[in-house]
Amino acid sequence: MSYDATFRVWRGDASGGDLQTFTVEVNEGEVVLDVVHRLQATQAGDLAVRWNCKAGKCGSCSAEINGRPLLMCMTRMSTFGEAETVTVTPLRTFPVIRDLVTDVSFNYEQAARIPAFAPQARDADGNHRMQQVDVERSQEFRKCIECWLCQDTCHVIRDHEDNKAAFSGPRFLIRLAELDMHPLDVTDRRDVAQDEFGLGYCNITKCCSEVCPEGIHLTDNGIIPLKERVVDRRFDPLTFLGATIRRRRRGD
Amino acid sequence: MELERQDYDVVVVGAGGAGLRAAIEAHASGARTAVVCKSLLGKAHTVMAEGGIAAAMGNTWPDDNWRVHFRDTMRGGKMLNHWRMAQLHAQEAPDRVRELEDWGALFDRTADGLISQRDFGGHRYARLAHVGDRTGLELIRTLQQRTVALGIDVYMECTVTRLLTGPDGVTGAFGYWRESGRFVAWRAPSVVLATGGIGKSYKVTSNSWEYTGDGHSLALQAGATLVNMEFVQFHPTGMVWPPSVRGILVTESVRGDGGVLKNSAGNRFMFDYIPDFFRKETAETEDEADRWYEDKKNNRRPPELLPRDEVARAINSEVKAGRGTPHGGVFLDIASRRSAEYIRKRLPSMYHQFRELAEVDITAEAMEVGPTCHYVMGGVEVDPDTEAARVPGLFAAGEVAGGMHGSNRLGGNSLSDLLVFGRRAGLAAAEHALMRSGRSELPDDALADAARAALAPFDREGGENPYTVQHDLQQTMHDLVGIIRTEKEMLEALERIGELKERVANLSVEGHRQYNPGWHLALDLPHMLLVGECIARAALERQESRGGHTRDDFPATDAEWARTNLVCSLAGDGSVALTRQPLPVMPAELAEIFEESA
Repeated sequence: MSYDATFRVWRGDASGGDLQTFTVEVNEGEVVLDVVHRLQATQAGDLAVRWNCKAGKCGSCSAEINGRPLLMCMTRMSTFGEAETVTVTPLRTFPVIRDLVTDVSFNYEQAARIPAFAPQARDADGNHRMQQVDVERSQEFRKCIECWLCQDTCHVIRDHEDNKAAFSGPRFLIRLAELDMHPLDVTDRRDVAQDEFGLGYCNITKCCSEVCPEGIHLTDNGIIPLKERVVDRRFDPLTFLGATIRRRRRGD
Repeated sequence: MELERQDYDVVVVGAGGAGLRAAIEAHASGARTAVVCKSLLGKAHTVMAEGGIAAAMGNTWPDDNWRVHFRDTMRGGKMLNHWRMAQLHAQEAPDRVRELEDWGALFDRTADGLISQRDFGGHRYARLAHVGDRTGLELIRTLQQRTVALGIDVYMECTVTRLLTGPDGVTGAFGYWRESGRFVAWRAPSVVLATGGIGKSYKVTSNSWEYTGDGHSLALQAGATLVNMEFVQFHPTGMVWPPSVRGILVTESVRGDGGVLKNSAGNRFMFDYIPDFFRKETAETEDEADRWYEDKKNNRRPPELLPRDEVARAINSEVKAGRGTPHGGVFLDIASRRSAEYIRKRLPSMYHQFRELAEVDITAEAMEVGPTCHYVMGGVEVDPDTEAARVPGLFAAGEVAGGMHGSNRLGGNSLSDLLVFGRRAGLAAAEHALMRSGRSELPDDALADAARAALAPFDREGGENPYTVQHDLQQTMHDLVGIIRTEKEMLEALERIGELKERVANLSVEGHRQYNPGWHLALDLPHMLLVGECIARAALERQESRGGHTRDDFPATDAEWARTNLVCSLAGDGSVALTRQPLPVMPAELAEIFEESA
């Protein structure tokens, strides 16, 4: 049942590094993270890697495996041939700290910029009432485990570091969509989505949806509806006039 | 020595449900608050909780109320719970759940639009507020987003290695940034421990690497006490195959939503394991059990929904008797009992987890499951109302605190515990800090000593690898202080722990201080060993079987032990000292709840 696999793992830090080749035992049913742990325990005690739940629920062990953004804990070794070399590299969109660990603070900075949830008042008996069908729209986005694979794959920031200043990445666009569709929330985030989070930069190539380990339809169910709502607002003459007049008053 | 210094009123160690709830409350009370956590924000073990938050809101069964929840909790813990904690928990959980909605949480709904509640083991009524089977994620995300919105400082990927104390109690904490290995000291008159549990000391566990018992150990070293450490919960249903996923949790919701346990002969064996203590409230026939899901008034609960300790022991016995599955578990079958659509809707994570990791379609075939180390009932001994430990300025909430769950925790009572006591700890910690005028200086020698201890593994050459020592500890706890215990084996465990301590004192790590998991593990191991010793010593002392402590050599409960808690403290020579302490006496108006008919 066991065999020896060839693993190439990127090792290094911000100043540089390279792929190191290991021969390592693989057993039945194992996932890539198991093999990385075996490398730590037997050949490279200081190999840096993030992980927590080992069950696809926390989104810590994201990496690029043979070039594809994946969770190491959910990538089974049986998806590779025994003779196939498995190459594990850190997420390319974010700066390397060490080995497979990257500096994902960009994401936490974006999260802090999101205009906070603001609920309507409770009913007289102290409860909020919502229908299941209404909560399910936002629930889809709340399944997000913040693995940042969508951020990693999105070419707007993967290939263009300077876009990070203007574009928050798909994770935070669906966060805005989630709040926008939340049955209790009273804040309108359409303008900030466009002006501050760079909604317009997304050209709906749907790469984010393809890599999402939770199967969230980021583009179809989140980003496109949000774009439509922004367009509605901006091109509806009454809404436009209202917003413009209000702004003028503030400016006076 | 290079050292980053910070000043706060309240430092919360841990960013799971209890830690974040404590931080939110401390901040709201006007305290300058920091959260320090070992992982990135939002990755704490709370995220793994699946089933739900137990709260007697009465949304699906109007007869439910805090008294019924209180009764279920105490009986589930075989009456060893601190009555006051169980009372506060049952009374306050509904408000803590509603408050989450004001912060953005989106629970599944009833037809009336209220928060839906699901059945779980040991709970008389459907009581768990839930979001599919990913309730923990919803809880942590809600609290995380609230913490961020309030602007609370979070020290991510930062590990506390020491609590600092002076003559008046807590003065701060010392730790290192995982990313750089640089040291940091927080000066603070209040520290809240919310570090979770100890499961990583066991070989088969549902717990993540963070569960090293570091909070338990830090509290002991600071002079606080631990209570009920012999009680470790083995969740009845962990995955057993393939080997690499052994121990990963299979939510109790599978049984709450209609799943049943079967042995290799196809029998629903739980009917053979109904203890007298729960006989009056448990169904006698499969028909009655199946009717209960729809009609709780006229039928009794299926035995699959007995408290976890009972179910775990039963599974263990079936496997030992040779009636297990090919991979040494039992079958958990929901496929033959509920529609595929229902299963995918109610248990999406389980469906995904089995499909991806075991190539099993749970809508078409049974799962193979077996017990997995899941939770420690024991923890820091605290005042029930304030979560204050015996050291002034030290507080503990969530899994790291003891007393609330007695000898066995009911499913769903953990998430509610985090919220109820996290809030109370944050409030009390803030009050304590604001009462204190002026700050104690952190003495240089204490800081230098903490730094020296942290760097020691780098100074030793040619020593053992920390991963090997960890593996041996996990094997020892699994084999000798596991689900079924005997005196002989626990004595052997203590001897081996003694040997492991010597090995830990001599291990060395390769590389440098920047994001070095080998070094991090070397610093975690002393905590794991100390907590392992507490568990083994307390388990050896308690000569009876109760809840999450089963003695093969003392299989019955004992009336004297029913009134006794075991308390661990650290003696001057670094050894673990045990004292017997009488259980707090429940007031008459609560005691009479147990006289009422079942």
